Amino acid sequence: MIQFTSVHKRYPNGRDALNGISFEIAKGEMAFLTGPSGAGKSTLLKLVALIERPSRGTVLINNHNTSRIRRRQIPYFRRQIGIVFQDHKLLHDRTIFDNVALPLVIAAARRRDIERRVRAALDQVGLLGREHGLPVTLSAGEQQRVGIARAVASRPDLVIADEPTGNLDPDLSLDIMRLFERFNEVGVTILIATHDLELVERLGHRQIKLEAGRLASEGLS
Amino acid sequence: MIHRARHYLSLHAQNLLGAYGRLARQPVGSTMTVVVIAIALALPAGMRVLVNNIDALSGSWAGAIDFSAYLRLDVDTERATELADTVERRADVAQVTHVSRDDALAEFKSYSGFGDALDALDDNPLPHALVVRPAGGTRAEIQALADALEALPEVDFVQIDTAWVERLRAIVLLVERIVDIATVLLALAVVLVIGNTIRLEINNRRTEIEVVKLVGGSDAFIRRPFLYMGLSYGLTGAILAMLTIGVSLLLIAEPVRALAGLYGSAYELRGLTAREAGLLLGSGAILGWLGAGIATARHLRAIEPT
Repeated sequence: MIQFTSVHKRYPNGRDALNGISFEIAKGEMAFLTGPSGAGKSTLLKLVALIERPSRGTVLINNHNTSRIRRRQIPYFRRQIGIVFQDHKLLHDRTIFDNVALPLVIAAARRRDIERRVRAALDQVGLLGREHGLPVTLSAGEQQRVGIARAVASRPDLVIADEPTGNLDPDLSLDIMRLFERFNEVGVTILIATHDLELVERLGHRQIKLEAGRLASEGLS
Repeated sequence: MIHRARHYLSLHAQNLLGAYGRLARQPVGSTMTVVVIAIALALPAGMRVLVNNIDALSGSWAGAIDFSAYLRLDVDTERATELADTVERRADVAQVTHVSRDDALAEFKSYSGFGDALDALDDNPLPHALVVRPAGGTRAEIQALADALEALPEVDFVQIDTAWVERLRAIVLLVERIVDIATVLLALAVVLVIGNTIRLEINNRRTEIEVVKLVGGSDAFIRRPFLYMGLSYGLTGAILAMLTIGVSLLLIAEPVRALAGLYGSAYELRGLTAREAGLLLGSGAILGWLGAGIATARHLRAIEPT
């Protein structure tokens, strides 16, 4: 699903964020991306989501070489990926329903399908019945659940998350991670960047550890 | 296919409604923008209505091109009537009215205030006159007709005064040209005002645009609500401009009627025709769309998620 081959990323300011990264994540796998701040976790996820492009090396996502995807095709490429952010990136002037429906509306789904899928997604994250409220009426943990519901609403094969539990206390963090596990159980490939090592150890999935832009270690934690 | 088309249509309808919803949510700012657009549209449209009225007036003064052929004093009534018939049969003449000496005198007496003085005269000093309305044509053709009449032995002289009509037409042409220039400049102003408003709106909704891009929104999807917002501004401005022109015409209708009355005319002001109103609304919408199009082309691309 994700295949990095000798990937380098140098930002225009000259900083080398990634330095010769190679790894592979199979379809249906769940993996954690760990490492200290500034190790290149976010950069790596940005390369997956085509927010950035590699300076050298190749990134294959679902067998598509991201370097060959033209700017105009990026939106269609991104529709195959669910993205979860540390700060949720919800639209605060829209209802919870509208937030979760956004990727479906963009992908021109039928109204009936949109309603069905939004409800299903909210049900999966345990927020069914709250869809008419605004995101501000929710707690931080609940807002993150809405963010996850939005990421999975269009049923992508791949979900990536950048520090999804960064602002949450340990109990809520575990809940969120369990949620990802449940999506993984139904076949969704999941890559989560986090610095919460304790949590990662406890869950016991594959860990890809970065240090200063290089692969430090890889394997089951 | 049908589903795609329906989706597309409903997306556009939603965007249009959404655009008005957004305008309504910031009433003060949108009202100011709409008023500025309305003024910029009402000025050229109003000037054009004015010019059209002057045009119509000068058209209704086509009678001013009528000219009078005064006959020699020794031509009698019978001969004058004959001559009137002959002239009327000419192809370049639309109508001839014979004003007899007696009628002319009676009219002169009642209007000039010299009634008593004229009574003192033994003979009627006024000749027979033929009031000739040309069948139309250029100034040269009308002049040729006048020359031909003047060459007739019974005709003493021909009085023709088209110069002032020509001058009025020249002035109207000049004013029309000025209105054209003002129209172009004010249309440009509308595009810039809307473009700037949309630019601010894009900045305000930066986060939203980033999120939409992250979940796979295409450029067209992101651009659409802004284009509709521009269109709503332009269209609403045009509607307000139409109302402004309508109210202004109502306000000056009475003075115009009074003035026309003084000239013995029943002239009524003409407002915007349906076609002109449609043109005004269409222009407003198109200018709004254009301004938004320029703003989105320039600023949306720069917003990329980081």
